[in-house]
Amino acid sequence: MADQPMLPELMKAHGISRRSFLKYCATLTSAMALPPMLAPKIAHALESARRPSVIWLSFQECTGCTESITRSYAPTIEDLIFNAISLDYHHTLQAASGHAAEAARKQAMEANWGEYLVVVDGSIPTKNEGYSCIAGISNVEMLKETAEGAAAIVAVGTCAAYGGIPHADPNPTGAVAVGDIVTDKPIINVPGCPPIPIVMTSVLAHFLTFGLPELDDLGRPKAFYGETIHDRCYRRPFYDKGKFAESFDDEGAKQGWCLYKLGCKGPTTRSVCATVKWNDGTSFPIQSGHPCLGCTEPDFWDNGGFYKPLSTPAGDYRKFAAAAVAGGAALGVAGGAIGRANKARAARAHETVDAHDLEKKS
Amino acid sequence: MSIDLRSARHGHALAELKSHVSTGNARPVLNEILAALEKLLADGTATTIDLGALPFAAGDERMLDAVLGKGEVAATLELSGRSQVEETGIPGVWRIDHYDPNGETLSRFVEVTFLPEILKSQREDAETGLTRLAARLEELDGQTH
Repeated sequence: MADQPMLPELMKAHGISRRSFLKYCATLTSAMALPPMLAPKIAHALESARRPSVIWLSFQECTGCTESITRSYAPTIEDLIFNAISLDYHHTLQAASGHAAEAARKQAMEANWGEYLVVVDGSIPTKNEGYSCIAGISNVEMLKETAEGAAAIVAVGTCAAYGGIPHADPNPTGAVAVGDIVTDKPIINVPGCPPIPIVMTSVLAHFLTFGLPELDDLGRPKAFYGETIHDRCYRRPFYDKGKFAESFDDEGAKQGWCLYKLGCKGPTTRSVCATVKWNDGTSFPIQSGHPCLGCTEPDFWDNGGFYKPLSTPAGDYRKFAAAAVAGGAALGVAGGAIGRANKARAARAHETVDAHDLEKKS
Repeated sequence: MSIDLRSARHGHALAELKSHVSTGNARPVLNEILAALEKLLADGTATTIDLGALPFAAGDERMLDAVLGKGEVAATLELSGRSQVEETGIPGVWRIDHYDPNGETLSRFVEVTFLPEILKSQREDAETGLTRLAARLEELDGQTH
């Protein structure tokens, strides 16, 4: 792929001026919380840097992450940056398949040993390696083999970063994150279901210009996961005033009040959705009237229900349910009685909160 | 109808009220601009301040505009969405606001410099321009002969 054109030629071919590129780089420094004087350095690095070889591995995933990144409306500079890297292997996007595709992966690894970047989307099954294979190679084997010569690994999406939906209870495939398999390489987690495209290109731009970005304790770039959605939410003033929507069609919902009581996970979810937004900056879930699901956080699928307020104790409701099934089978007790007992227990655990309680606690 | 009018007036009053809400960050930013201008005059070093990097409410924006004022130059750039480049009433201090094609703000900067880089014709664009002009002249000659 050495004959691929570099970014300046691609921009020229698409009629994108260098001024537009400077604007993009300035916005990138702002998004990455870098000193704005570094914008020319980023521009230079993206234009002239060695073209990194990127091997993209898709494991137990829905292809949503690839969709998110490749479906920005063309031709954007983000698209062009992806074209300018040498994407040597991506089984969803590449024309080659089977042995030819695997040969391309091996060739890229050998030619760029120690320097290539591995991007992973999807979790890795461990209960039975046969649950997910590519060209007869299990996900675990392919990840270990490819990671060996990598400079760094970018785990794109919550599945690759933390196990995601395949990892959700009862985790039938024994799904794990990239970090559970590879422990001797730098891993950048870019969670989200899916992640925002500019976050992905920014991480790539950062890697090209300054190396690894600064990461938080969950392996996420601090620039994009440093603040919660709640910190920058435009509905935050309603939270502060104790004005909450109580249902999806009440007066509060119509007035655009805070969705906290409808289960919004914004206060505990770190992402830039509220500022960068989605679909080319059009909107984000809370702006569309739906609470944040918390998709950039580990185990978001199992965090006690999407529509329960954060202040409601999630309890160990799963254990109660399992006990109810086991108890019912062993003792032949009518399910209804156990159901009622569970309901009473849940009611005891439920703590009713109003806005004043929230203010006192925060 | 009368209710609509009332709520419209109410909305306007609210917007007016909001435009005064301040985080107190404008004053320190103005100090930073002052220091940057001194530096520009002392040794020619340009400074860029990212206004998106700190909490900045409408009232702060208002204070910044009031103190810096309007200058002699205002340029609108069409670059995958609009960009507004304006010299403030303090020569050497520029405001640069980038918007996306939907008009949403992408990034906002104060640049303390003699001429913002983005206003200059870029070498790469000028090279494309040279090719374009040569082709147009060739086409023109083809038509006339």
